[in-house]
Amino acid sequence: MTELLGNFYIISLIKAAIVAFVLLTALAYIQWVERKVLAHIQLRMGPYRVGPHGLLQPLADVIKLITKEDLLPPYVNRFFYLLAPFVAVFLALIAISVIPFGPEVNIFGVRTWLQLTDLKIGILFVLAISSVSVYGVALAGWSSNNKYSLLGGLRSSAQMISYELPLALALASPLLLLNTLSLREMVDAQAGYYFGFLPRWTIFQGPWPQIISFLVFLICGFAETNRVPFDLPEAENELVAGFHTEYSSMKFAAFFMAEYCNMVTFTAIATTLFLGGWTPLWPAEYGSNFLPAVILAFAGAVSLYHALNPARPFDRITLSAAGLIAFLLAALFLLPAAQPILLPLFWFVFKTGVLLFLFIWIRGTLPRFRYDQLMRFAWTFLFPLAILNLLVTGILVALYPGK
Amino acid sequence: MSLDVILFLLFAFLALVSAVSLIVQTHPIASALSLVGVMGSLAVLYLLLGAEFIAAAQMIVYAGAIMVLFVFVIMLLNAGAERGKGRSRLVKWLGIPIFAAFVGVLSFIIQSFLPKSAEVKFGTFTAAGGAEVGRSLFTTYLLPFEVTSILILIAIVGAVVLARKEI
Repeated sequence: MTELLGNFYIISLIKAAIVAFVLLTALAYIQWVERKVLAHIQLRMGPYRVGPHGLLQPLADVIKLITKEDLLPPYVNRFFYLLAPFVAVFLALIAISVIPFGPEVNIFGVRTWLQLTDLKIGILFVLAISSVSVYGVALAGWSSNNKYSLLGGLRSSAQMISYELPLALALASPLLLLNTLSLREMVDAQAGYYFGFLPRWTIFQGPWPQIISFLVFLICGFAETNRVPFDLPEAENELVAGFHTEYSSMKFAAFFMAEYCNMVTFTAIATTLFLGGWTPLWPAEYGSNFLPAVILAFAGAVSLYHALNPARPFDRITLSAAGLIAFLLAALFLLPAAQPILLPLFWFVFKTGVLLFLFIWIRGTLPRFRYDQLMRFAWTFLFPLAILNLLVTGILVALYPGK
Repeated sequence: MSLDVILFLLFAFLALVSAVSLIVQTHPIASALSLVGVMGSLAVLYLLLGAEFIAAAQMIVYAGAIMVLFVFVIMLLNAGAERGKGRSRLVKWLGIPIFAAFVGVLSFIIQSFLPKSAEVKFGTFTAAGGAEVGRSLFTTYLLPFEVTSILILIAIVGAVVLARKEI
């Protein structure tokens, strides 16, 4: 059994299946989280009808999208019109394959990395995928044969070309500190602590902490994923729905999924490159191993308290069940056998989740840029800033190597 | 047949099909995207040889930056499909034989220039990592590298000057 599982192809297939399942589920639920958070920012309730607190809303959305009529407008360029959503979703999903979720672990006697594959050029692979992924949007806009779609596609390609430059430059400066292109080795280079408590993540690492390039990277990430305040390719009040105006049913869902998948990839790369990947925020001597258990136990206690003082009759059942599940998960995080697998995963998901929350928060806060503001911001502010940061990093790394 | 060979045949075939389609297509966007296909397949061939860095650079620079600009400009100008002009009878009858003869002569010349002993194997081309490419650019090929940079700078300045007149 162990021998069979140790086979490279079989274990890769199993890992790919698990990652694909978790990722696709997460994509559906990120939309739920986004709608809920946006709703609460705007003092609304958000999805509430399907399942408790709208928890089954993603499922309902999927069923709705599948069963909608799949229109093929008669005046489109058929081949490229059908190709575009496929390109978008394929490129979005493939980039996740190089991201390390955790260290090498031992599951039932099989040693394996919590990562699909480790390329020597990992970060360049991600950059290549992100630079090619503009074709999905541009093709969709052009092949729809619709003025608004074309404008959306044009805006998108101009925006992506412009923001790719500061993005690549912002990404180059932490590489100077870490001295590797492989994402797995990057996380290893960020392990350990200064003064016993400050993690050696790139945003804290000497000789030049990469806070500036982290901010530039995040801003460019918003632009690359077409999110507010850079969502000009699909600006609803100007372009109907931009590049995906003519798409319906599952083809529309493909673009939707690609956008959220790009968001996940992006935050995961930011976590790996700047926030130390799956390394904990503070050392295990000060009890960082107990954080997930404490958080889950607290959530369980809150649920049980509300189950005892129910606001609605069915809260007595649903909230006590939720509390029980939270306590069980907390106990799982305390098992010594499960800790080496679960803790790195927890820290990775925790950091990625914080960044995703930031994405949603900004969507609820900022208005959209005007087109000239968007371009001026990229070329006259972000680009010089990223170059200066790269220069300073280069000089300091040359002066103080190995620190 | 090993996986390397299968992948090589697959992507070499893909590159050839894309290259033919680049010429045969009548619409500029279709041609541009065929060129992207050629570049992507070539990147995979580089990967098979073991030149990972060059494969990534090929994707980022050519497929990701230059071809996106091409597609952008074609979309902006809204260029339509080409229409055939009615070929002359000479082209119709002699086109394919002359083309075949040309390809034959070309492949014969290339083959006669190739060294007989040197044989390329999959994955053996290891001296092309990021560090090696960077080191040779800044030591052995420093002068060509800098000259190329200045050439590109001149092109940028020229483009700005030309565009200024329009505004």
